[in-house]
Amino acid sequence: MAEQQVLNKNEEQKPQAKMVTVFIMGQKYEVPEGSTILNAIEYAGYQLKKGLGCREGFCGACATVYRLPGDYKLRGGLACQTVVQEGMYLAQIPFTPAQKAIYDIEEVKPDISTFQKYYPEAFRCLGCNACSKVCPQELKVMDYIQAIMRGDIELAADLSFDCIMCGLCTMRCPAEMAQYNIALLARRLYGKYMMPKPEFLYKRIEEIEQGKFEDEFKEIMSLSPEELKKRYAERDINFKIT
Amino acid sequence: MKSFPGYPESMWPSLEMVEKTRPKRVERAKQGLKIMEPMTLEERDEVLSKYHPDYQPDARKEIRVGPNKGELLTAKVVDLLESHARVKPEEVDLSNPDFDVDVLIIGGGGAGAQAAIWAMKEGAKSIVLATKLRIGDANSMMSQGGMQAAVNPHDSPVIHWLDVMGGGHFANKPELVKVLTSEAPFITKFLMELGVMWDRDETGHLQTKPGGGTSRRRMLSARDYTGAEIMRVLRDEVKNHPDRITVLEYSPAIELLTDEEGRVAGALLMQTETGEFIVVRAKSTVITTGGFGRLHIKGFPTTNHYGATADGVVLAYRVGARLRDMDTVQFHPTGAVFPEQIWGFLITEKVRGLGGQPVNKNGELFVFPLEPRDVEAASFIRECAKGLGVTTPTGRVGIWLDSPVIEELSGPGTIEKQLPAMLRQFHRFGIDIRKTPMLVYPTLHYQNGGIEINERTETNVPNLFVAGEASGGVHGKNRLMGNSVLDYNVFGRRAGIFAAQNAAKNNIGKKLTLKHVEKWEKELEEAGIKTKKISPILFPDYRNFEILKKHRKEFDPFIGFALTGWQE
Repeated sequence: MAEQQVLNKNEEQKPQAKMVTVFIMGQKYEVPEGSTILNAIEYAGYQLKKGLGCREGFCGACATVYRLPGDYKLRGGLACQTVVQEGMYLAQIPFTPAQKAIYDIEEVKPDISTFQKYYPEAFRCLGCNACSKVCPQELKVMDYIQAIMRGDIELAADLSFDCIMCGLCTMRCPAEMAQYNIALLARRLYGKYMMPKPEFLYKRIEEIEQGKFEDEFKEIMSLSPEELKKRYAERDINFKIT
Repeated sequence: MKSFPGYPESMWPSLEMVEKTRPKRVERAKQGLKIMEPMTLEERDEVLSKYHPDYQPDARKEIRVGPNKGELLTAKVVDLLESHARVKPEEVDLSNPDFDVDVLIIGGGGAGAQAAIWAMKEGAKSIVLATKLRIGDANSMMSQGGMQAAVNPHDSPVIHWLDVMGGGHFANKPELVKVLTSEAPFITKFLMELGVMWDRDETGHLQTKPGGGTSRRRMLSARDYTGAEIMRVLRDEVKNHPDRITVLEYSPAIELLTDEEGRVAGALLMQTETGEFIVVRAKSTVITTGGFGRLHIKGFPTTNHYGATADGVVLAYRVGARLRDMDTVQFHPTGAVFPEQIWGFLITEKVRGLGGQPVNKNGELFVFPLEPRDVEAASFIRECAKGLGVTTPTGRVGIWLDSPVIEELSGPGTIEKQLPAMLRQFHRFGIDIRKTPMLVYPTLHYQNGGIEINERTETNVPNLFVAGEASGGVHGKNRLMGNSVLDYNVFGRRAGIFAAQNAAKNNIGKKLTLKHVEKWEKELEEAGIKTKKISPILFPDYRNFEILKKHRKEFDPFIGFALTGWQE
């Protein structure tokens, strides 16, 4: 892989990797076996400016669709997380055209009416499960949409939590909804309105606003470097108390 | 021999040793004992000076130009800074800006999003947020473990402050740390009110975990997608205000602009695919471009985002902004070593926060699991140097991070609930981290220093503000876990507020210039620096040059559609 060639020039030459044939956006290349799709594209000579991001499976920028020889199925995956296979033909989807509602989080209500208003298309779900099948995070996408249709925001927030918003579900949906944006609204409603409130947090903020720690700060910030080091070395490390 | 799915046979004997020593280690942890004594400051100094990459003789070199001239900085940073600009001033016409706005924000990560939201709240009428990839494509999105905030009764912003100062080797700007720790509870509440699903118990109390270098349980989390959860909420909020905030994606800044008096007055952007220039005139400019992980300092792999090429540091330095603490690099102790496909990827510190233990090839503990990151990383390197690491089939070396301990301590299901991203990452390659440990080694993680700021996120250059990883002073010489997420939220917000206030004063002249670039090029020449390098580099270059060199007698790294040709 190109990235490793850059970084390992001082290491011993590794045994010659076996090569596999892949078709990147229709063009044929030989790339080392075991490469991720992203490494394969770079090995082939591309410097990507779109369709990639964190390279570690968190940002959802490198959605890719592919087929394997002799298989009718259109599969989806993240380029940075999917290993190439012999004969794979693939296309990157750097951008998903999708509906994103504009709303005021202070005004919306944490119930089904919000979804009826901002994302009425969610209620067109056909129950085909194409979204769940393509999800690279293996989330139960259809289930969380069905939860929203029932007004169960808590379940939708929980089931969709690991969503990286890559957009593959949306590209496959026959009801043409943007599941990932709908789920984001559900999670924001849940986090803001429905989760129990941390009482002590409010108290702590009040303490700080009232200047409760100012004297302590003044004292510790006036210490000499030696005194401060001593204070640090002698500080109590305690993970049992909260 | 017992088999271990996902690992090659050569690694099984060592895995068996880890299993053998596990019951005793679990027993000790269950009794609430420290499984190892933390190091004294002297012991820390010793392991750092002998094994941390920053302390090797070739780690730093003197910079010959600019505001920090004569100082020792990380060598690769010096190479990056001592480069030519992407544009020649005489070739650009700045007389007809595409945007004339109150606030320009360069960088679309967490700090940039916070800055945009708060500049708007503070009254800025027009805001442009320009970013190299998409908004949210940033290290902010990748942070897994959490955010520090003193939200427990037995903790306080002062205790947090002392932890940060000690972790940073007391080189931090104390007043910045005071802001950081004092505003942490407030920013926690702000994010919660935007809808961030902080992990809470059934009464609503925020769940807290220990982190490296902390003296209390202070790590807030949202499973192990903490950064992603925060970033996707902030991004959504930015997108809810299209009337006030214009987001320009795939449009990095390639140079700042100044007025006749040298005050910053906007930036020149370039669309990465078409090469189109976009001129933005702005009364305040905020840099939130993140750090330098993709420079692969000293050949290390990185946990960082593709765009982490220190663009903002380059732009600010060229316009005269001072840097600080750019002589230290944070290596995260636990980067993945195996399987090969995820080499260098981040294994969250939360694994150790939950009780995961680092052990050597014989299954022996060798370091307190929650030392500050530089100390922990140096200890791992020392253990491998002693020959007590584990070697992979491709010749890489690492130590074990024993994750099954977590479920023995906190019950089955803990990993699925608390570390879903890690579980998924390894599961993709056939390894179940509930049953087998992960092999780890330090990986390039964070830019400790950056462009020096004050509490108002101002730099020494008028109208230029900086927040997040691009800034310097908050973390001193070493950042603690959970403080970068805190930093980009606290100081991103501040940058938005103070940039908006500054914009109201309208402190820029009419004419836009690139005079500082002329001055810069002259300075390079006078210092006798001859280089073909240009910066900001925008992207690292991982193309396979062997293929591109084929049949060419001479090779130009700018061949094809590459933006930089920045390769070793």
